[in-house]
Amino acid sequence: MNYGKEFTKGLIRENPVLVSLLGMCPTLAVTTGAFNGIGMGLSTTFVLIFSNLVISLLRKIIPEQVKLPCYIVIIATFVTLIQFLLHGFVPSLYTSLGAFLELITVNCIILGRAEMFASKNSLLPSLLDGAGMGLGFTLALFLMGSIREIFGSGSWFGLSIPFMQGHTMSLFVMPAGGFFVLGIVIAVVCRIAKKKPPKKLGCSACPNAAACRANCEEVEA
Amino acid sequence: MSVLQILTVSPSPHVRSGMTTQKIMGLVLLALLPAAISGVIVFGLRALLLMLFCVAVCLATEAVCQKLMKKPITITDGSAALTGLLLALNLPATLPFWQAAIGCIFAIAVVKQLFGGLGCNFANPAITGRVFLLLSFAGDMTTWVKPFYYQGLSLGNMLSSSAGSMNLDAVTSATPLVSGDASLTALFLGNVGGCIGETSALALLLGGLFLIFTRVISPSTPVAYLGSLGILMFFYTLATGGDWTAVPYALLSGGVMIGAFFMATDYVTTPITTKGKWIFGIGCGILTFVIREFASMPEGCSFSILLMNLLTPYIDKLTMTKPLGAKKAKKEEA
Repeated sequence: MNYGKEFTKGLIRENPVLVSLLGMCPTLAVTTGAFNGIGMGLSTTFVLIFSNLVISLLRKIIPEQVKLPCYIVIIATFVTLIQFLLHGFVPSLYTSLGAFLELITVNCIILGRAEMFASKNSLLPSLLDGAGMGLGFTLALFLMGSIREIFGSGSWFGLSIPFMQGHTMSLFVMPAGGFFVLGIVIAVVCRIAKKKPPKKLGCSACPNAAACRANCEEVEA
Repeated sequence: MSVLQILTVSPSPHVRSGMTTQKIMGLVLLALLPAAISGVIVFGLRALLLMLFCVAVCLATEAVCQKLMKKPITITDGSAALTGLLLALNLPATLPFWQAAIGCIFAIAVVKQLFGGLGCNFANPAITGRVFLLLSFAGDMTTWVKPFYYQGLSLGNMLSSSAGSMNLDAVTSATPLVSGDASLTALFLGNVGGCIGETSALALLLGGLFLIFTRVISPSTPVAYLGSLGILMFFYTLATGGDWTAVPYALLSGGVMIGAFFMATDYVTTPITTKGKWIFGIGCGILTFVIREFASMPEGCSFSILLMNLLTPYIDKLTMTKPLGAKKAKKEEA
């Protein structure tokens, strides 16, 4: 097994946010600033690494019928841990993340890696997978947080950028701006990862397909 | 020689009207001329400069996008120029140029070209550009100068009088929607504060009627929009015990006129069928009324049209016409 690959795949190629589009809630909600993005990313990484570790160790003990409750209990344990840690040592981050810290429990990236990877692989690959995916998540959140903070509030990590003052666009810190930045970052990452768009765009995945008047069954991309 | 070689064999349609995209865009641009002229008269040369600037940026953005995407460059069809002019008419005359440029680039690059170019955009580019600017630069986008503020300013001062670059406090005014004290005549002629092209109801009516008579737009949408807003306002004033003049006041102030005739009649982003157009117009009217009277914003015209743009595919689906003589399709058995 190629250990290096297990780690690096989560960074760009299988990035949980930018390629798999998992964990959209925290991605859009907490990325109004670079610091929040990093804080959320690292908290999730912590939970992801340890939940992958424990689930990988227990993978032969957990019965198939109750695996989801077991995973959730394990994940929730580590979420509680990180919650206490942040509350004690970084109270400002704790306050600004708010409910989204607790919601790490139901972050689909963590449950997804538990189900797809940790429950099928041994200890070391699971650890590396968790770390890679977590850092990929952190990277994406940091990128989005930076872009939104620089353009939306004219600062970076809370430090104000002189020439951005008076030229900020408040749309970027609004929810709509979150979607906008996410779309742009995904497009850029696809370009970097050299992923070609599909040759033919079908309508099957489009939520508007039934109502679409263009009736563009097979549009050449 | 066989018959097939003599006859042209082609799929329908066989009868074509002489209308082209270029002609339609030209006619709409022509129809916007009165509003543009009144804007320049009321808000001075800077308004003219802003309009030319927006048109230029839109054309340039379209050309660059199409070049980058290796598509044929179609800036001569006039659609980008129309977007630029419409957007400029929906901006305050004192908006800094760089902000206007961001709005134009967003409208063309993101809303139009990223979604596939002319005919594929999901919402009206000019309106989306305006809303983008409104949300981003709320302060500058709601700084309204008084009509004829430029009198007494030197030419240089007039052209550089952007929000923030000079002390405009002395010449700013609230839009008639907020202040509520403009006379109906002033509203009709455009002698009030507001966006460049939205103030003069007379100029917009002229342009709108021109479009209706040249059959570029159907009268359904504007009538439905203005009618539903008027009726709602009538009952609202009746319920709140207001003056009847609130009804014409609501129709003449703000962006409703330009919205009803030029934005809500966009071919791409509004329903095809007449029934659909009525639904679209009434929806816009209701939303505008609700936003104006009950929401925290003074004007909701652009938001209401944008929202109805998004509902257009569903309205089209609901009002789909039946082909002549078609039988009702049997429901598939489960």
